[in-house]
Amino acid sequence: MKILHSIATLLLTCMVTASVAAPGAFKSGVFDPPRQAPEFSLQGTDGQTLNLNRYHGKVVLLAFGYSSCTAVCPVTLHTFALAMRKLGPAAAAVQVVYVTVDPERDTPARLKQFLANFDPTFIGGTGTAQQLEQVRKDYGVNAKKIPYEKTYVYDHSSFTYLLDRSGRIRTLMPYGHNADDFVNDLNMLLRE
Amino acid sequence: MLAVLLAAPLGAISLIPISAPSHEQVFEIPKGTWARHMAGEKIETLPDHIYLTVGVRDVLVLKNRDDVPQTFGPTLMMPGQNFSLPFEQAAEYQFACTAHASGQMTIVVDPYPATPWARISWRARQLLRTL
Repeated sequence: MKILHSIATLLLTCMVTASVAAPGAFKSGVFDPPRQAPEFSLQGTDGQTLNLNRYHGKVVLLAFGYSSCTAVCPVTLHTFALAMRKLGPAAAAVQVVYVTVDPERDTPARLKQFLANFDPTFIGGTGTAQQLEQVRKDYGVNAKKIPYEKTYVYDHSSFTYLLDRSGRIRTLMPYGHNADDFVNDLNMLLRE
Repeated sequence: MLAVLLAAPLGAISLIPISAPSHEQVFEIPKGTWARHMAGEKIETLPDHIYLTVGVRDVLVLKNRDDVPQTFGPTLMMPGQNFSLPFEQAAEYQFACTAHASGQMTIVVDPYPATPWARISWRARQLLRTL
């Protein structure tokens, strides 16, 4: 009898109804409540001061990397470019902002040339090592310089922040998501 | 008779679909964690490995209930802030995490156990992980 009772309990335990993920949900990680993105003032690749206030009213993809990166950054930027093409005319309300972690090599000119390989509308930001360190601290971004052969590489955070039109950090997209996931989340923010 | 009694639960755990009351796996930094850390206490707020399953428990929820910003899992979180990260692909994910001595956190996302054998295997793994 005791065994039968145990079997019945097991059956009942297994029969818990599954909840279904809500349709139209973000593919990226959501912050609740969202916080205002910390402002910065960097040297933009367009020759002007780069700050987030310039893009108030637009949805911003904010990523960190460097032009000599061979592993993560080209994939991330290619994904952004693909997502922008898929968005069509709506892409005009989206701005990609790419902040370097490598101020030694990433001059505005070099960064501009690098970003133009993916999409000429992407804007890059550089500054002094101290300025960039403060920005990374404000955003919880890691960047560790590692000697490699006769030069060096950076081990850096690979995620992307999605900022809404009001400049709030709404979501974080981990590395590895495809363009369709970005399009999904950008459209959700654009529709607000 | 014994064979029947053994076959019944085995049949149940192989045939009944896997499900959970919530898709969320929640971890929280309690209030006072920073103060305890500053007092020299060694505190682990997240395990080195987190196990999720697509379609069952596939949303990682991090909550910062402390009074100061914390780097929790992959991101910087403000006091009182929650972060919900969904997973749709079964894979092993590595995140930088300053909360761990290794500097890394691993999230293992298992595929949805769709077949009878996969369900037995999944339930066995869950049991082993709780031991």
